[in-house]
Amino acid sequence: MSAQWQTLDLPAAQDAIRAMRPGDMFRLNGVIYTARDKAHQRLAGMASRGERIPVDLRGQFVYFVGPSPAPPGRVIGSAGPTTSSRMDPFARVMLELGVTGFIGKGRRSAGTRALLKEFGAVYFSSFGGAGAYLSERITSSEIVAFDDLGPEAIYRLTVKDFPVIVVNDTAGGDLYESALRK
Amino acid sequence: MTEPSRKIDTAVIEDNIVRMIFDASFRLLPEVEDAFSRIRDCEKSEAARMTMDIIIENSRIARERQLPLCQDCGSVSVFIELGHSVCLSGAPLPEAVDRAVATAYERFYLRKSIVGDPLERINTGTNTPAFLHVDIVPGDRLKMSVYLKGGGSENMTALKMFRPTDPAESVIDFIEESVVAAGPNPCPPLFLGIGIGGTADAAMLNSRKAVLRGVGTAHPNPYYADLERRILERVNDTGVGPLGFGGAGTVAAVFIKEAPAHIASLPVALNLNCHSLRYRTVEL
Repeated sequence: MSAQWQTLDLPAAQDAIRAMRPGDMFRLNGVIYTARDKAHQRLAGMASRGERIPVDLRGQFVYFVGPSPAPPGRVIGSAGPTTSSRMDPFARVMLELGVTGFIGKGRRSAGTRALLKEFGAVYFSSFGGAGAYLSERITSSEIVAFDDLGPEAIYRLTVKDFPVIVVNDTAGGDLYESALRK
Repeated sequence: MTEPSRKIDTAVIEDNIVRMIFDASFRLLPEVEDAFSRIRDCEKSEAARMTMDIIIENSRIARERQLPLCQDCGSVSVFIELGHSVCLSGAPLPEAVDRAVATAYERFYLRKSIVGDPLERINTGTNTPAFLHVDIVPGDRLKMSVYLKGGGSENMTALKMFRPTDPAESVIDFIEESVVAAGPNPCPPLFLGIGIGGTADAAMLNSRKAVLRGVGTAHPNPYYADLERRILERVNDTGVGPLGFGGAGTVAAVFIKEAPAHIASLPVALNLNCHSLRYRTVEL
């Protein structure tokens, strides 16, 4: 993997997503939505009951994060990725809601990797434990659903030069696997 | 014969815990930053060097902008070695400790990540209770460490009960397998705490305390110092690398804390600390 940054304006076009390969590095510009454990659980429940989903996720990227509280004068607190595997049970429902990219950290299950292939979506890692660094690349933040969940609410974030690396592409590739010495 | 007792007001303990939570949340220890610079300079892949640059930059931003090093501001463990001739006055110790945690997490805009009941899962809203461990030791001093740890690395914790006849080599294999299985999830470069011996719970607790020995220190027993070195070499040959993107910097340091064990038992507990190693120690 070579360390070459590319710029990606969001929402991303389907052909741009399909051209991505593990190890490709992007600086994201535009809107992303946050969700972690409880928001996923709630969205899945609403979808299964056929209820109206409070946020339109078609063609959007979802970021697994539970930010720390915003100190006075800041848009958001520390905001790095949380472990993605906890969201594996909800991958199908999120993809059915139209999500085309997930941002988190750590491995995805074989099931999720197969779903990414099936739906033509990608999984990116951002930089785990770099919450202060990533906070500096978020220019706006507003809660759009599940206000009562605090840090687990769904936020609409605007990001500028937000760094991510492709881990799982639409062809079934996996950056973490290829990093290991056989 | 009675030794004269020394009084310590728990309000002093409370103030120190608030201060230590602040320091740990926003400022990496210099020896941790030094370890990252060394890893950065040893990495051959450009991606691994870039990842270390971001981790180092994160530390600078956290300190200068007073943003938490990680949005997972952790659970709080407090380890106290309490001299047996110390007499505590003021509020009961557990109450003082929890009040310090609640104060610090509110005052410093830290994320509160503790739920009151593990199955009901309602956030307590204060990041309490803290996990308090008190050991009574000889003397009239009080030594206290505050240790913050996030859930991502905690979830990768491992324990294995070995046969007492198993060679040390099999312990190294287990550590390597656990670190590779955890892969990117616990946010490497890691600081490994390893509890060897004791009962299962003692090994687990020792794996947590082990790192408090201090980054950059060697184990006082040459046998274990050598074992730490062998483990470090082995895990850094796996290729996991910084944040799992590949490289040599999978583990920054290894800390073993051993304990006597039952003739039938050899427990080995592994505590994987993420790169955002957050603790402080004070002696009163």
